[in-house]
Amino acid sequence: MIDDLNAGFAHGGASPREIAAGLSRSRRDFLRGSVGMALGAAMVSASPFVRAEQARKRRKVIVVTFGGGARDQETFAPEGQENIPHLITELAPQSSFFTHVTNQGILGHYVATASLTTGVYETLNNFSAVPPDHPTVFEYFRKDLHRPASDAWVVAPSNGFNRIGESNSRLYGPGTGAAVILPKHLLSATKRGAMPDLDHLLRDNYENPMYTPQLAGNEFEIQQLETILRLSVEDFLAHARTLSSPDELSVYIAKRLMRQEAPSLLWITMHDIDVAHSGAYSLYIEGIRRTDRLCAELWKTVASEPEYAGNTTMFILPDFGRDSDYDAGGNGFQHHRTGDAASRTTWMMALGAGVRQGVVYDEPMQSIDLVPSLGAMLGFSATQSAGKPVKEFL
Amino acid sequence: MQPRDLKSEQFSGYPPEARTLVADHLDALRELPLSFVPGLLREVIEYDSKFPVERTAIEKELKTLSGLSPAQRAEWFKSFTEFSLSPQLERFDWINSPAQFTEQLSAYLWSTHQLDAYRVAATSYGARIEAEQAAEALPAPRLGIAVIGQSVTTYDEKLFKNLRPHGTYFNRVKPENGVAQLLEAVSERASKHAIPYGHWYVDGGQEAAHGSTLTCVSYGAMEPLREALLKDMQAEIQQPGMGPEELRTHLARLSPSDLGMKDGDDPVLSRFKLKVLTEGSGTQIFSTSFAQWTTREALRRAQPLTLLVRYAPRQRQKPMNELLSDTRAAGEVDPVGSLMDGDMAAYYHWINQQRLPGYDRSAFVVWFEGHGEALAIGPSLPRGASSSSEVDLSHLLALALG
Repeated sequence: MIDDLNAGFAHGGASPREIAAGLSRSRRDFLRGSVGMALGAAMVSASPFVRAEQARKRRKVIVVTFGGGARDQETFAPEGQENIPHLITELAPQSSFFTHVTNQGILGHYVATASLTTGVYETLNNFSAVPPDHPTVFEYFRKDLHRPASDAWVVAPSNGFNRIGESNSRLYGPGTGAAVILPKHLLSATKRGAMPDLDHLLRDNYENPMYTPQLAGNEFEIQQLETILRLSVEDFLAHARTLSSPDELSVYIAKRLMRQEAPSLLWITMHDIDVAHSGAYSLYIEGIRRTDRLCAELWKTVASEPEYAGNTTMFILPDFGRDSDYDAGGNGFQHHRTGDAASRTTWMMALGAGVRQGVVYDEPMQSIDLVPSLGAMLGFSATQSAGKPVKEFL
Repeated sequence: MQPRDLKSEQFSGYPPEARTLVADHLDALRELPLSFVPGLLREVIEYDSKFPVERTAIEKELKTLSGLSPAQRAEWFKSFTEFSLSPQLERFDWINSPAQFTEQLSAYLWSTHQLDAYRVAATSYGARIEAEQAAEALPAPRLGIAVIGQSVTTYDEKLFKNLRPHGTYFNRVKPENGVAQLLEAVSERASKHAIPYGHWYVDGGQEAAHGSTLTCVSYGAMEPLREALLKDMQAEIQQPGMGPEELRTHLARLSPSDLGMKDGDDPVLSRFKLKVLTEGSGTQIFSTSFAQWTTREALRRAQPLTLLVRYAPRQRQKPMNELLSDTRAAGEVDPVGSLMDGDMAAYYHWINQQRLPGYDRSAFVVWFEGHGEALAIGPSLPRGASSSSEVDLSHLLALALG
């Protein structure tokens, strides 16, 4: 009984802490062996991040969540490397790589991404279109640094994420956060009712494919395609017809946003990988390979856009992992329901301005440490975050 | 409501055998904590439509609980009494809806950061119960067979990567008449060791001819059920106020007859099929997910002595640009993707088999259908080895079984 909460079998009786440490070691050893990255703890402790005020004003940050949920064995473990050639050969050597990031919160994609943006383990209903309870990174950024609305944007996969740009907090709240673009929603709006199959694809959130929250909040409207992205509905549709997945559409919109608005804080949530919930392993792998390629494509865009080249730091991290093959309560890669070490332990890659290249950091950090770390870099104070700034960023 | 207030008349909505079982053990149930009892009742309420192995396990568990002294009970359930539950959970009708209660309990434990502690408590309890319930000796070693890659003509990638360290890889298997050979061997085992629901044949496509002694579940034969379920789900999500929790509750209340299964059908197997479709993610749309989940659930629940699963090509997932172009091509399948799905599913099949009693004697064979590649795992076969000996599938089974 209580089978879905049972742990069971394997890992040689290792504790979750030992398993998490083992995953971290495996990533470190692999990166050191294959791309010759140095171990961060052995290096001098001074931060490479530039803190001069002038530099801060020009600094741009892009956060990409490598979602939704990928395991080590299909990514950074030796047997998974074939699925992430761009991360391994192009991006990792230029990055500071954090091998041991844990997520101690609820492992649903919306609530976990909301937690990433607030630096607090949020407890909202994963399938409700509600804002986070605590201030988001976008609100801290805009209020403390007096930035306009056009300087913070979110590109997110599905309707459930439409409230992620700003919180319920009385000190911040409506109008003080980031606008949220939902590319799939835009596409759906342009084609509404025309194609049932497409509606299915666009409706999805893979965890609950039959459910679509109603939109309410600071989401991007279709007429803003033209006014903000300088993109006609016809051109948007024509380009969409050349793309194979919703995440490709998200990256297209993000690139367009970088060109037209050049926001200083841009958050992109990938989600194709979460097709794993359908149980088809090949589609999960295909999603990982596509996300790997899209991350490299975004980084190339950073290098080629004058507003971003040379002054941008890009972070790539999964929101969390997926269940281990050996946890009797789960069904391996398909879900992230057990809360086991494999589903909670991930990694983070930092690239670009101020980042020490080719360094591996083993010190454990939590996913909620990202927001205060961004605050330390950009010069705002994430006062309600429960995380701690990562010392390498101080 | 707390378990100490339980009365037998509150179980009037339970099926007859489950009601009797509860009545026989009501005193014990009254002594257990609320964080635990609904999880047990979730199993008990379905007692009448469970497999024999499951029924025996529930009976033994209740007997064990009834036999605990107050001191033992306090020790066994100390950690369960320490979880804080919300007033909403305490007010919930967990007697009649124990599955919905445990879902809500799970969400509450996640949100209050108590889930990890609950996992520890549940695991500890499970180990205690398992220790109390000595498994009966199996009449023969358990055998699992996975047939993957139907319709794939060539495939250059390495197969069975996860399983190779555990068994011997064969590259000169005679493929002729392979499926028939395997089904014949499985049917022979079923005749020799007659056990209710003890020998299964799961097919992700249309089932091949097989002996009547096998319990057979196939994606092809369940097409009307799948269509009925999808239609029902589509209708439900149009209802005002329908969200994921409401939809799950609705699905949990469906009966086999709601999907068109007939009264004359085997009620235990009908209920099993219903659960595969309503509880399995992707089982309604992808044949590979259906076959994998059916295999997992059959092993977990019925603990068959023999299980043969044959994967068939699943429908192809259309990329976005094709959907936008509206180029409809009905019935398109993805054989190579399905081979990859089946390869991983075979690994999970073996893992799930290894969780069952007798794992140290069990045997497993995975074969790339129509080709010469296979892998066999058994107590007498070397691990991480390979063989170029020419063998047919009957011979391979014999090698695996030792």
